[in-house]
Amino acid sequence: MTKRQPPGGQAPVVQRVRVRYAKRGPLRFTSHRDFARAIERAIHRARVPIAYSQGFTPHPKISFASAAPTGVASEAEYLELGLRERVQPDELAKALDDALSPGLDILEAVEARTSDSLADRITASRWRVELPGVAHAALSGAVAEFLTRQEVPVERLVKQGRRTFDVRSAVHSITPVEGPDGSIGVPCAILDLVVRQVTPSVRPDDVLSGLRAVADLDTAAPARVTRLSQGTLTPRGEIVDPLSRDRDAAAVGNRLT
Amino acid sequence: MFPQLEQLLPLVSKPIQYVGGELGATVKPWDSASVRWVLMYPDAYEVGLPNQGVQILYEVLNERPDTLAERTYSVWPDLEKLMRANAVPQFTVDSHRAVGDFDLFGLSFATELGYTNLLTALDLAGIPLDAADRTMDHPIVIAGGHAAFNPEPIADFVDAAVLGDGEEAVLEITEIVRAWKAQGCPGGRDEILLRLARTESIYVPRFYDVDYLPDGRIQRVVPNRPDVPFRVHKRTTMDLDAWPYPKRPLVPLAETVHERFAVEIFRGCTRGCRFCQAGMITRPVRERSITTVGDMVKQGLEFSGFQEVGLLSLSSADHSEIGDICKGLADQYEGSNVSLSLPSTRVDAFNIDLAQELSRNGRRTGLTFAPEGGSERIRRVINKMVSEEDLIRTVVTAYSNGWRQVKLYFMCGLPTETDEDVLQIARLAHEVIKSGRAATGSKDVRCTVSIGGFVPKPHTPFQWAAMDHPEVIDRRLKLLRQAVNADKSVGRSIGLRYHDGEPSLIEGLLARGDRRVGAVIRKVWELGGRFDGWSEHFSYRRWLDACDAAFDGVGVDIFWYTTREREEAEVLPWDHLDSGLDKEWLWKDWQDALTEYEQDDCRWTPCFDCGVCPSMDTHIQIGPTGRKLLPLTVVS
Repeated sequence: MTKRQPPGGQAPVVQRVRVRYAKRGPLRFTSHRDFARAIERAIHRARVPIAYSQGFTPHPKISFASAAPTGVASEAEYLELGLRERVQPDELAKALDDALSPGLDILEAVEARTSDSLADRITASRWRVELPGVAHAALSGAVAEFLTRQEVPVERLVKQGRRTFDVRSAVHSITPVEGPDGSIGVPCAILDLVVRQVTPSVRPDDVLSGLRAVADLDTAAPARVTRLSQGTLTPRGEIVDPLSRDRDAAAVGNRLT
Repeated sequence: MFPQLEQLLPLVSKPIQYVGGELGATVKPWDSASVRWVLMYPDAYEVGLPNQGVQILYEVLNERPDTLAERTYSVWPDLEKLMRANAVPQFTVDSHRAVGDFDLFGLSFATELGYTNLLTALDLAGIPLDAADRTMDHPIVIAGGHAAFNPEPIADFVDAAVLGDGEEAVLEITEIVRAWKAQGCPGGRDEILLRLARTESIYVPRFYDVDYLPDGRIQRVVPNRPDVPFRVHKRTTMDLDAWPYPKRPLVPLAETVHERFAVEIFRGCTRGCRFCQAGMITRPVRERSITTVGDMVKQGLEFSGFQEVGLLSLSSADHSEIGDICKGLADQYEGSNVSLSLPSTRVDAFNIDLAQELSRNGRRTGLTFAPEGGSERIRRVINKMVSEEDLIRTVVTAYSNGWRQVKLYFMCGLPTETDEDVLQIARLAHEVIKSGRAATGSKDVRCTVSIGGFVPKPHTPFQWAAMDHPEVIDRRLKLLRQAVNADKSVGRSIGLRYHDGEPSLIEGLLARGDRRVGAVIRKVWELGGRFDGWSEHFSYRRWLDACDAAFDGVGVDIFWYTTREREEAEVLPWDHLDSGLDKEWLWKDWQDALTEYEQDDCRWTPCFDCGVCPSMDTHIQIGPTGRKLLPLTVVS
């Protein structure tokens, strides 16, 4: 009997490119799995020289940093591509963006110049949460109450069943924002939220559960959530763009050449 | 209406399926078109989106500058409930318009079990279920697809049905509707349906009356007005090279059942398997040439970014140049991580050669062989000419070439079938495993035996046949399971997959039903019937209850439609619908089946007068062309 051998011979990775992308409008309902398939096809359409893993079923070298939940829009999602040929990151960004449906938008591509992983640089996210039908005063009251607590336990259905965990400690800042109506054109209260990356992950809807728990905040209509940024949380409460170190390294490299 | 829908989407499962935004989707300005179609595959998005028929018509229609087509799919019960509560109508996924806004609502029925989903869609769209109640404010509802070859069970609910290939039919309908609208819609709904009926290839049920005999059989089906044809003929698209669709395959964001670019390498089949409705109603065989197939694959992959290509047809290994197609494509895409697949049902070693060729890239797809019947006797009845020796040799060849697992497909409940015919499946499977172990010297060989329930279909030689009662089917399958496991040492290498006989009986009712079955469909739907093709939603009890209610006082019941054998003289509900097959030939083929007499394929032996080519003015279109696929200049 012929014993089958993996075909092998896949070209090695010669360049790593880190990409920031957005999930906007109706396409915020794209799940992470859906996006993973879409980006793979876009890579083929755009003829990006993606590298593959070895083995019987080679996989393209794509790795994702923490993805926003299904239904949540995002201006700051990240992934990294392993390439078998070098490319101009700007050209790659444009080609990939053209190959994706409008609403899945490539914002920037930067060559990875540092060896640490993207995931290591992401310790927190900033979210904008629009709450249709909620009055600003009601939200402010609930937030004030939330901030007085040491602990706010909430329950969520996870794969293993119902699970209770604390959301308070993961919330770095929670601020009601005065401002015009939200993006959906109906009156709504708006929340600016910075949440640390913890395990189990605390998502904006968990924080809303917390607000309901401590202050009976009535959020009957579905919230509209957007991730504005993610990156390294500094002691001063700023979120540092995870691509900045690669960009800085590139600038230094350019000066030397 | 997206803003209203958007409020509901966070509350339902897999919302992405309702959002649209696929690559290949076309959203035209509403006012740019004078004729507007909405196309539906009446099942969930994940099943409906890959449907080739809808994709082809969508593209053909949207290529016309003054025509637009959008798509809609069945919504799951969670969203249906919310849509009803919030007054959101059935919508298209392209521009999220109400289905009721369009001129024409075309539905493709691959299976009769989609009928209840038709009613859900009509009701959510605000279109009266009864075609008779519709006004100028409602779209013209047109059924197509294989089930439309007997649309009588849904005759109350559709305005028209098209038999056969749709590419040219939709364009012709579009022009008729365009002209009528340009004239200011003279004569209203009745007039446009009449104009469609006069083409002689569009069936408008309301123009035909059905009379019944006291015993429940049909006495006759006749036009109720002088200006419509007695018989309606199917459409046949000749020269598939002139219709190389899809060119812009739809690439969904949501996960669907087929994640690949599919190319239909030929249409039609004359193998003559007597159970196979598709093979009977799509005659004659029309091949796409090797070079068109190559061009379509190249264009489709570049457009879509898919990494898998399926070379589809009713029996792909039968393409006159299939060897060169497979070799040519394997050469072109060698080293590219593109995988190629052929639905491999033909039972011979040639199929394995092709699969070997296609898996050169290292990605090896499964091998499926379809002997369909367990004994040689029953295979003669169904005209599936495979000897036991061939089957075992073929499967062993697959094992010897490195396949660890093969799938064997059979049917249960075939005409004249006995317990013994079904038990032969176990013996065959045992033999396959034993021979496979002997040939490979390894115990690491497996086969999966998959069993489907036989359903007699209109326009086939088995249209007169009696179905077996579900209890008979279930008992035989139980016996088969015992027989497979009787020898544990072999049985553990065999997987057995089957469904119980009940859904098949309902499919049988709908497939050969007449207009009286419409009341059953309506009743089932009223009782909550949805997604009847899905085992978790299907309820046999609900169908039986609906039959009891709908047939009360009618003098027929579900078994009258299913387990009753028909006589030669009986008027069948679809006799006025012309698939080209000569009814006398079908009857002769049915008699041949009963005497276990086989029929050859007219591609390689003389014409056996099934009637299709002369009555439809068509002919067999096959190669070889002698051409080859050239190496691609750029392969990523």
